[in-house]
Amino acid sequence: MEESKSIDMQKEEKIVEEEKTIELHTIKKEKLQFQRFTRLNRVLHILMIVSFISLALTGMTLKFSYTGWAVFLSHLFGGFESAGYIHRFFAVVMVSVFLTHLFDLFKMKMREKKTWKGLIFSKDSIMFNRNDVKDIIGTLKWFLGMGERPQYDRWTYWEKFDYFAVFWGIFVIGSTGLTLWFPETMTSILPGWFINVATIIHSDEALLATGFIFTIHFFNTHLRPEKFPMDIVIFSGRTSLEEYKIDRPAEYKKLVESGELEKYLVEPYPTIVIRAIKVFGWIALSLGFSIIVWIIYAMIFAYR
Amino acid sequence: MNYRCCYKIIRKTIFSSFPKLLLFIFLILNGNSAVQAQSNDDCLMCHSDNTLTGKKNGKTISVFVNSKELKTSVHSDVQCVDCHVDLAGSDFPHKKNVAPAQCGSCHGNSQTDYSEGIHGKRIAKGDPLAPRCQTCHGSHDIKNVKDPQSAVAPIKIPFLCGSCHREGAPVQVQRKIPENHILENYSESLHGVALLQKGLAVAPNCASCHSPHKILPPTDAQSTIARQNIAKTCTKCHAEIEIVHRKIIQGKLWEKTPHVLPVCIDCHPPHKIQKVLYEQSVANQDCLNCHGRTNLKSADGRSMFVDVVRLQNSIHSQVSCSQCHNTVNPSLLRPCTGITSKVDCSICHAQEGEQYSESIHGQLFAKKDSNAPTCVECHGSHYVLANTNPVSPTFHTNIPTLCAKCHRDGEPAAVRYTGTEHDIIHNYVESIHGKGLLKSGLTVTATCTDCHTAHRELPHSDPTSSVNRNNIASTCGRCHYGIEKQLENSVHSPLITKTDKKLPVCNDCHTAHKISRTDAAGFRLEIMQICGNCHQKYAESYFDTYHGQVSRLGYAKTAKCWDCHGAHDILPVENPASHLSFQNKVQTCKKCHEGATRQFAGYFTHATHHEPVKYPIMFWTFWGMTGLLVGTFFIAGVHTLLWLPRSIQYRKELKKKLSNEDEDLE
Repeated sequence: MEESKSIDMQKEEKIVEEEKTIELHTIKKEKLQFQRFTRLNRVLHILMIVSFISLALTGMTLKFSYTGWAVFLSHLFGGFESAGYIHRFFAVVMVSVFLTHLFDLFKMKMREKKTWKGLIFSKDSIMFNRNDVKDIIGTLKWFLGMGERPQYDRWTYWEKFDYFAVFWGIFVIGSTGLTLWFPETMTSILPGWFINVATIIHSDEALLATGFIFTIHFFNTHLRPEKFPMDIVIFSGRTSLEEYKIDRPAEYKKLVESGELEKYLVEPYPTIVIRAIKVFGWIALSLGFSIIVWIIYAMIFAYR
Repeated sequence: MNYRCCYKIIRKTIFSSFPKLLLFIFLILNGNSAVQAQSNDDCLMCHSDNTLTGKKNGKTISVFVNSKELKTSVHSDVQCVDCHVDLAGSDFPHKKNVAPAQCGSCHGNSQTDYSEGIHGKRIAKGDPLAPRCQTCHGSHDIKNVKDPQSAVAPIKIPFLCGSCHREGAPVQVQRKIPENHILENYSESLHGVALLQKGLAVAPNCASCHSPHKILPPTDAQSTIARQNIAKTCTKCHAEIEIVHRKIIQGKLWEKTPHVLPVCIDCHPPHKIQKVLYEQSVANQDCLNCHGRTNLKSADGRSMFVDVVRLQNSIHSQVSCSQCHNTVNPSLLRPCTGITSKVDCSICHAQEGEQYSESIHGQLFAKKDSNAPTCVECHGSHYVLANTNPVSPTFHTNIPTLCAKCHRDGEPAAVRYTGTEHDIIHNYVESIHGKGLLKSGLTVTATCTDCHTAHRELPHSDPTSSVNRNNIASTCGRCHYGIEKQLENSVHSPLITKTDKKLPVCNDCHTAHKISRTDAAGFRLEIMQICGNCHQKYAESYFDTYHGQVSRLGYAKTAKCWDCHGAHDILPVENPASHLSFQNKVQTCKKCHEGATRQFAGYFTHATHHEPVKYPIMFWTFWGMTGLLVGTFFIAGVHTLLWLPRSIQYRKELKKKLSNEDEDLE
């Protein structure tokens, strides 16, 4: 997710130095990798995956209650009440992930002594900027064979879209979710019919989120042929320098020019860690695809 | 004359009694001195005058004596003073207050009997209605009892007694006489007809049973008609009756007074004795002579053995064989050859018999259908037990097993049945009634016969059937009375809602045989389907809500139709008494949602986004969200599809580049 290089630099400078020393002395031949994501961001993303899939599965047992799968899953979760507890527990987890990230941003602001405006609109910020318009146009031209692949910077526009979709989703699904969680309290302010409306919004927005993540986001990050079958960078945080050079040429160029590239070079994870990451990735992908299959089945073949 | 008279008296008295003889000897010995006997002619000198009158108790009465009658009477040879003993030897004209004639001076036994009898006792008490000797026998004109002219000739007795004991006579009205219409009943009875119509002088008249002189009420132990003496009295004529009369008639007396043996009049009411009332019969012992043998078989091989021990343990222990097998003919050499038909239980069980003949079982039987059950199929034959006996097949808890003999799937009744109810017995056993009856052992739980009746089972299509649509509520209401009343006042009642559509009755929701606990998950989950049979739109929209979604997942906890609408007391929302009226709605929500408020109750429990007019907010929210969804997927989808071919190409380039760089590095 969003993270400033300068923080990365400060934070992991020592580690990098140590790793470099170890590398120089012991495994000189090992290739160093480029680190894109901090440990906190990776942990938050894993928590996000776990909570998102759990919320999707438990929530859809109600949305698609007319399918046999919903009945099966609901019982697997220990009944509708138990599924409800699981749903609300992971809702809290997801909101906590969101708040932790906001807190992390706040810490970064303090560290870099920037104003919010300065932070949000900085060069490496994940906020949309003018360059994204150029990238979108460039990308469309590339798609249509009218130009070369754009020189993507640190964050591509689709990554930015995914990032802000979470903000939107947390707000929309979270607020309607609270209404459904505390209907008696909520209706002391809101009219009774708002519960009906909240149900529709919560459910359809969740459908949009799951549908989007498990198809578009999966394709953008894992399934597009150059990354197929999956890109584990979000879990490992590391990517090979060669791949990075091709993938994000603009950022690479900048780092080389500024001479800061060295700061992001880290030693790769041992094979066992990579294997564990891949197992987790496969599980997440399978669950995601299963949910898509279930959605398609429920909405097209079993709809009543 | 005097001596001749004496001789006659001697001859008569010798045949009467010894004390009288002594008296007479005494009279003769004293005859010449004190007593001078008068001749009848002396008396008749005056008393043959038919205008002669005398006074008695202040009344003027005729004292005329018809000498002609006297001479033809049984007392023609008796001197006046033999009876009017107080006048013997008195001079003419004799004293005014003459004592009544003393019949007892000759008829001592009769006199004693009379005095001990009710008539004599009443006289002694001065009852003016009580009869004296002459009331019945006459006075100077007494004829021999064998003379048809006698006042006490058998054929005249009923009328003689009837003169006081007929309906409306002072005795019958003013004295306590337990019987009514004595004379009429007697003259119509077997005895009366024989005597009065057939002229059989030996037929019993009043005196035959009541005795001529010692007439006593039946409450007197000495009475000939006292309970303990009746048999003796009757057997004076019906001497052999006890031998030919070993039958028990109708078994009724034992029901009334179980330990008292019947006497003749229990069956043959006094004065009304009729022959035609009773079937000829034979005694159980006569039947058991053959049927008590275990190896007795009919021509077609059926066992004809009757286990007398089991028979005596049956409810019919006091019923004789011939009461059921009533065509036995005791006048035949083998009385049972008279039995040509099966036992007709309705001889005694008339009401049940009538109900049976109206039932489908009876209708099939009338059509000679081989599957039709008769009484014995359910009740058994000789060893019938009361339905209160737990061993009886008709005991409450045994009825499902009994009916299952034919109605279990695969059995004759189930095979020929074409309706919608299947697996009836299994379903019943698993139902709340079946579990209550068979698992909890509650004998008050409804069993087959409680709904279908015991003897008048009819298909539901029959308008008079207990399970006909129109009668179901009252059938169930026999136990569930309160529910029936609630339903009667609800929107589902034909009394409240006038409609051409079918209004639901008990079994539409609860089913006929699968009736389950309404608080059990099974029923709670079925009810939406059941209500939905009629209220389809509302059932569908219910499933669009959280309540419905959870229900559809198979959980009973969330609100079901009747949690909000009520079960049997459903009323239109406009009715203030309705669970969902403005006044009650919040309270209804509070049953589950403790914190419910008026605003909370504004939740649309049947809302759907398919109705733009009724629920515009939901309709537009849904389509707004759908628009967002479709729009997002369209843009992202196009982006992805365009990317795909380019990405494949890029993958190849990338591989080349990476390998090139590897080479460069090396």
